[in-house]
Amino acid sequence: MALLNILVYPDERLKQVSQPVKKFSEELNQFVKDLEETFHSFPGCVGIAAPQVGRFERIVLVDVSQKPQHVNHGFLVLVNPEIIFYDGTSLGREGCLSVPNYTGRVQRAKLIVLKAHDVNGEQHEFRMSGYEARAVQHEIDHLEGKLFLDRLVNRRNALTKRTELSL
Amino acid sequence: MKNWLMLTLVGKDQAGIVAKISQALFDLKGNLGETSMTRLGGNFTIMLMVCTPEKKSTVQEKLQAVCDDLELFFHLDEIEGGLHQHVEPDVRISIHGADQAGIVAQATDISNKAGLNILNLESDVVGHPGNPVYILHMEGVAGNGIEVLDKSLQIFALENDVVVHVTPIDTMVG
Repeated sequence: MALLNILVYPDERLKQVSQPVKKFSEELNQFVKDLEETFHSFPGCVGIAAPQVGRFERIVLVDVSQKPQHVNHGFLVLVNPEIIFYDGTSLGREGCLSVPNYTGRVQRAKLIVLKAHDVNGEQHEFRMSGYEARAVQHEIDHLEGKLFLDRLVNRRNALTKRTELSL
Repeated sequence: MKNWLMLTLVGKDQAGIVAKISQALFDLKGNLGETSMTRLGGNFTIMLMVCTPEKKSTVQEKLQAVCDDLELFFHLDEIEGGLHQHVEPDVRISIHGADQAGIVAQATDISNKAGLNILNLESDVVGHPGNPVYILHMEGVAGNGIEVLDKSLQIFALENDVVVHVTPIDTMVG
């Protein structure tokens, strides 16, 4: 087990698109353990993506169980995740380990259906909403080389009633 | 130690204010920090932090020329930078109702007594000019908890015939 270094914006590598995992090996398993240890070393953090530690493969960890007020699936290892259905929109505040000292409001789908492999290569399907769906969308953005900064909603516009109604 | 100034500026809104002021500061080797620039009614307002190797008097002189041309008023203060110290809000408060004097004073007094530290407040007057509606949004840290704040503000809402929404902000960090 090892703590991995987090890439911090404006590191250009955070803009790199990650490649699908092709081999579900023991090495992958070991990397996921290291990523999990790194993830849990940041209290309050609910997700991490492999490119945040400089590995440009489509691997994401999400764990919203520390916030039981939000419906969640517990600790998830999502390999080659793919969102196959989106519904609704929701505005919420996000921060990122790779963007220290800043949070902002971002619009995300309220409900998603997600397909992903686990660390052993077995495929699963999840239906997620609200906070957990937000976390997964944030992490999958990292796999596409995107940060929440790319999706910020202007502060003053975010306050208009029309936008509030779209929650 | 870096030499930070706070520029406060106001004047009749017109195209080009931001570009001309920013250019004047850039010409003084100024580096901008956090800023707020927005139109309020028919006016344009700027509050911005600028770090420059020049003396305050030099900045004053340069800006005076630009602001005289644009008929803008401005003020400069020496300040401490204080960047990279963002405080995260944990509550958002929205208030709306028929426009009446004292909404902000009462709402913020009640919120203060209920432990709220305001980090950001914005308000608008909207609707028909003959029957205006006031909309107020605040974000802050509820020092005594959100329930205490909500309870106090709901009493205020009933007494003043306005609608108050108090919403927790649960920042997702990933």
